[in-house]
Amino acid sequence: MSDHDDAMTGGVMAGGAMTGAKVAIAARGITKRFGALVANNLADIVVADGEIHALVGENGAGKSTLMRVLSGMYAPDAGTIEYHGRDVTGWSTATAIGEGVGMVHQHFMLVPTLTVAENVVLGHEIRRGPMLDRAGAERAVAEVAARSGLDVPVGRRVSELTVGEAQRAEIVKTLYRGARLLILDEPTAVLSPPEVQDLWKVLRRLRAEGTTVVVITHKLDEVMEISDRVTVMRHGQTVARMSTADTTPRDIARAMVGRDVVLAGDVPAVSAAPTAREDAVASKPVLELRNITVARKDGTPAVSGLSLDVFGGEIVGIAGVEGNGQTELIEAIAGLSSVQSGDIALNGQVLKGTARDRYDAGIAHVPEDRHQRGLVLEYDISDNLILGRQREYSRRGVLDRDAIRQNAVEKIEQFDIRPATPDAIAGRLSGGNQQKIVIAREMTRTFSLLLAAQPTRGVDVGAIEMIHRRIRAVRDEGKAVLLVSADLAEVMALSDRIAVLYKGRIAAILPRAEATEEILGAFMTGVVAEAAQ
Amino acid sequence: MNWLNRAVEALLPPLLALLVALVLGDLLIMSVGQNPGEVYRLLIEGSWGNPWGFAQVIFKATTLAFTGLAVAIGLRAGVFNIGAEGQLAAGGFMAAIAGLWLPAGMPLLLAIPVCILAAAAGGAAVGAVPGVLKAKFGAHEVIVTIMMNFIVLALLNYVVASHLNVPETLHTPDIQTGGLTRLSEFVPAFHGSAANTAFFIVLAAAAALWWLLFRMRAGYELRAVGLQPQAAEYGGVNVRRVWFAALTLSGAIAGIGGINYVLGYKGYYEEGFAGGAGYLGIAVALVGRNHPVGVIFAALLFATMSQGGLAIHALVPKEIVDVLQAVLIIAMAVSVPEVRRLLGQVRRDVA
Repeated sequence: MSDHDDAMTGGVMAGGAMTGAKVAIAARGITKRFGALVANNLADIVVADGEIHALVGENGAGKSTLMRVLSGMYAPDAGTIEYHGRDVTGWSTATAIGEGVGMVHQHFMLVPTLTVAENVVLGHEIRRGPMLDRAGAERAVAEVAARSGLDVPVGRRVSELTVGEAQRAEIVKTLYRGARLLILDEPTAVLSPPEVQDLWKVLRRLRAEGTTVVVITHKLDEVMEISDRVTVMRHGQTVARMSTADTTPRDIARAMVGRDVVLAGDVPAVSAAPTAREDAVASKPVLELRNITVARKDGTPAVSGLSLDVFGGEIVGIAGVEGNGQTELIEAIAGLSSVQSGDIALNGQVLKGTARDRYDAGIAHVPEDRHQRGLVLEYDISDNLILGRQREYSRRGVLDRDAIRQNAVEKIEQFDIRPATPDAIAGRLSGGNQQKIVIAREMTRTFSLLLAAQPTRGVDVGAIEMIHRRIRAVRDEGKAVLLVSADLAEVMALSDRIAVLYKGRIAAILPRAEATEEILGAFMTGVVAEAAQ
Repeated sequence: MNWLNRAVEALLPPLLALLVALVLGDLLIMSVGQNPGEVYRLLIEGSWGNPWGFAQVIFKATTLAFTGLAVAIGLRAGVFNIGAEGQLAAGGFMAAIAGLWLPAGMPLLLAIPVCILAAAAGGAAVGAVPGVLKAKFGAHEVIVTIMMNFIVLALLNYVVASHLNVPETLHTPDIQTGGLTRLSEFVPAFHGSAANTAFFIVLAAAAALWWLLFRMRAGYELRAVGLQPQAAEYGGVNVRRVWFAALTLSGAIAGIGGINYVLGYKGYYEEGFAGGAGYLGIAVALVGRNHPVGVIFAALLFATMSQGGLAIHALVPKEIVDVLQAVLIIAMAVSVPEVRRLLGQVRRDVA
């Protein structure tokens, strides 16, 4: 609580005091627990009518939980919610939508086989007799879209949309249901820089028409650009409320982290900046990708004729908007999906076979989805620490329980996994501690290539620093690292070379020193690639 | 304290489900004008209350434990074997064929293992079909195993009725060797009951499966496949091979179940001997929480209801026991997620 009080006495809370504007929605003293995890601990937020309000905080600060409480997805364990002065604590999503509160989630809730218009009217279908009035639905949806400046192909199937289009379809759906208060959960995480600009235009237009908008984000430049006021959360609590015009990115960052921080813009000046490591780069690549093509499940190409070398002693970062083949590329190298054509070679040997053969050949893999791939959530910490290494921990087919436990005790200590009990169930741990299990397991293998996919997604700041330190240490030992991250700042902070993946091809490969956000952004969106062709 | 939490989490749902079934049973019994206490007293007396009834419970539980273990091992690997009925029949048939084929003078110590292996092979062959079809072509095992029941039962009926039967009957001739000793040989009070040493074989099988699941690498991988196939694949496990192996092993265990009736009771294969024990194995696995020890207890519970049901026939229709079984299964299906949620809440409140 002392941080909380400091923020109050420091006048930060007062800076955000509302001056006369009507309150659209107010949540006070919200507490929400999931098992041992306290996601919200007496969190507050007050949103004025007709403003764009930014809710910021680090990963795991409790932003999404608070918004899910507001929008009726979760009932709070304690606290009250007032909507236009009425107590609506514990309302359901259906009631919230009926009252005009709609949330656009990070993971879209659209039916891929239906068209945009069908998705939007789902549950509120326009009928002609017993039949769906398809044309009428498309007209109505197009009208809602046009009114707010949202560019969506109403007649196209959702499965054929780009991520940006799908997000706009989600917003149209929410508006179609009469949302007057729109909550967007990290809307820019999946967008390219120009798409982000388009989204801001839409949000400003909605505000001009009187819609209230809450945007969850952890990116400070977005806060400064789009919001009228800011609420900052840390460790499940509200630590600051400010008016954007009266604050600076540094103040917001300090409130987010609880101490002075180095901002992204400062990175090249500090030790986090990758140095030129030509001395360490061996003459022969550790990983060679020669003209590989990988298909998605539906048969369409995800990676098309891609070639890339990764040398020992370097981190090659893959930048790109999600869905441009990153997942398929990493899974193909890891042996979790097969390549249609081309070769993958490790230390000069062409890789064949399954994941097990790849581990034996010297690959360590931090998978992008730890809930699906990286962990067996119902297994305890000790059993998860041997996943993929179960052969090392068994003799003649029998698990060596003593060795497994000993290993767990050691890794828990080395990697500060909490709770420090080997038989704690992995699924009940926080995201950061879950990721520490994966990191501990993979980084203590015998390997020459590390595949690190979204290594810090959904991980708290302390764990991020540890993971980044470990990845750099791997590089410094002379091993090769292939890094994929949706967070451009992470790619720029860690990589020695940056390859931009666009539509399954490498659009550009740049030394870190030449890669600026502007240049990368241009390649990520295909602007440059198309101009070159 | 972690093991205690887990034990509570594992035991509470079946106990709660039993309680719900009992309460509903009370209402049912009262609705036909009888005293529930009296009916339950008769039920216990007719099963655990006398040596013969107890031995019959053991006998009935043995087959159910085999099929329950078979379904449980499949579910642990994430495959739902509905085919235990056909596999049980195929196993019993193969045991009988082995017993017929082996020479009469063969020592039991040799003959019995051969018959058991034959039973396992029969069940495994039936289980391997959905295993191959799932692993190779992605065919859903539920559909394939159900259809395999029709195919196997029909073929066995045909073969027995037209080629292998004793005239005027629907069963094979008596086996020449491989018969299992009845428990009444050791405990004279069990006289008249078919309970036999197959019960000890199923206890050994449960212990072996526990060892496999929780102490062997194969079990670690099998459970990972059942919980999260993608994580297992990431962990270097050949998921399709595990599916195949689990369905085949499941079939083998159900097949061995056939010895209880064929080698331990009748001494021949008889049409329709499975009598639904394969399907009931699904319920036994569910109530036993797919744990080998739980399955043994669940099999004893269902066998008790079945045997005790005969005793209460004088007071209430015996169909009440069928209703109770079904209620127990439904209550179990409901209480598993429910209990987890409640326990989670208690833990939060304590924390």
